[in-house]
Amino acid sequence: VEAVLAAAEEQEAEKRRSITVEKELELEFDLGNLLAVDRNPPAAAALRGAGPRREALLRALARYNTQLLVSRLWELPAERAGGAGGPLVAQLPEPTFRLPREKPPPKPRPPTRWEQFARLKGIRRKKKTSLVWDEQAKEWRRRWGYRRAGGDPSRDWLAEVPAGADPEEDQFARLRREKRERVARNELNRLRNLARAHRAGSAAPAAPLHPTGHQDRDELRRVARVARVSTASLGRFQPRLPKEPAEPPSRSSGKKRRFEPLLGNLAAERSRQLELLRDMGSKKPVLDITRAVNKQLRQEEAEAAAANKGKKQSKRGKRGRRQQRPGRSSKKSGARRQPPQQKAAGGGR
Amino acid sequence: MRPLTEAETRAVFEKLGKYIGENIQLLVDRPDGTYCFRLHRDRVYYLSEKLLKLAASVPRDSLVAPGTCFGKFTKSQKFRLSVTALDFLAPYAKYKVWVKPGSEQSFLYGNHVLKSGLGRITESTAQYQGVVVYSMADVPLGFGVAAKSTQECRKVDPLAIVVFHQADVGEYVRNEDTLT
Repeated sequence: VEAVLAAAEEQEAEKRRSITVEKELELEFDLGNLLAVDRNPPAAAALRGAGPRREALLRALARYNTQLLVSRLWELPAERAGGAGGPLVAQLPEPTFRLPREKPPPKPRPPTRWEQFARLKGIRRKKKTSLVWDEQAKEWRRRWGYRRAGGDPSRDWLAEVPAGADPEEDQFARLRREKRERVARNELNRLRNLARAHRAGSAAPAAPLHPTGHQDRDELRRVARVARVSTASLGRFQPRLPKEPAEPPSRSSGKKRRFEPLLGNLAAERSRQLELLRDMGSKKPVLDITRAVNKQLRQEEAEAAAANKGKKQSKRGKRGRRQQRPGRSSKKSGARRQPPQQKAAGGGR
Repeated sequence: MRPLTEAETRAVFEKLGKYIGENIQLLVDRPDGTYCFRLHRDRVYYLSEKLLKLAASVPRDSLVAPGTCFGKFTKSQKFRLSVTALDFLAPYAKYKVWVKPGSEQSFLYGNHVLKSGLGRITESTAQYQGVVVYSMADVPLGFGVAAKSTQECRKVDPLAIVVFHQADVGEYVRNEDTLT
């Protein structure tokens, strides 16, 4: 029993260890951030190598430093929040330690249309005085706004009809309308600038055009198209790979497609289509392999049938047929016969 | 409504050429008037110049169909020939297939033509050649693609498909509301 009691007493004593900790260098406290910085060099030998000793040492170090921080916090002025029965709340001072940025800094916005123009022309901002001398009121008035120098424009009781204007027109209405239009146009330009800045900010960064190892099929296709179009004739005469689909020639390869007029020159359209037909027809192979094979098969069948019928004439028949073959309509002469027919027919019309 | 671009014209002519070969010239260049192709809402129409001038004055939303619809361009820009072009394919067809009276009905319901229903077929039809299907009384019923060449047709068994069905005049009744 005594041993158990002694062990319990030791444990309690450990818990209630002294709150004064001695250190060579004082800790630096930033109570606003709940931060304590300990610049004491640790026992390097003990920290070397992972192990339970290292763990115990680190734990003890953490405990000491936390104890110091908490004792400092208890020294702060505190008050009871929410009346007498509420929790005790300490008032933290302002933080002194500057924390690094959490998010990246904002990118500078792109210049507006006016800014670009002004930079181009070299126009600089003229500093204007904020107050202007008003002759009528004999005092310094604002340049614009409440009680401006030129008098309130909405209270003008006279509006001159300008030289070339319609005498029936309401000048006051015109002034009001023009002001409204100016305001609207300003607002529109402001929104446009904003949209341009937003778009420039969120535009995807251009993929590199040289081959990296990590491009997928769509990127490669896009890059190949850029490469094809980067010639002097904008890729019109670039040879295509065997399986590359032919792109239709677009005169304005921008956003707007342009078509022929609906009721344009119909004769020209017809001649263009006929030419297209002729081009398509000329590209077909003159000797079609399958058809030649089929024809050969048919001839052999016919010969076999004839040979079965008349065995007397078989030899002569075969030789006769072989001699007749060049004269018969083979695929080549048949195909050659057709285009001259077409051309004659076309010419005759 | 607009004229076809060159790529579109090429696609249309290639498809038509599969059925009528070089006779497309006779469609493009006709002695009895100027006829042209126009595209309206992805469908290709064949119409005379007089009709074109009349149709040009109709607003686009109200225009249903100028002329005869030959087919349409799908979303991936492939040209699909429709049955309404049959009147123009039939007289110029190069490869024809005649179907026996017993299986006319089957073809008109959208089934393929079997060897048992085949009456006649043009000599030297290649496999996968576009063909126009007629009844024995020389009435055009539709068009399709030859599944077997003429040679093979002779040797194949009676239940084999010889012509793949692509369009038939029964579609005028079946797809009444989608045809233009």
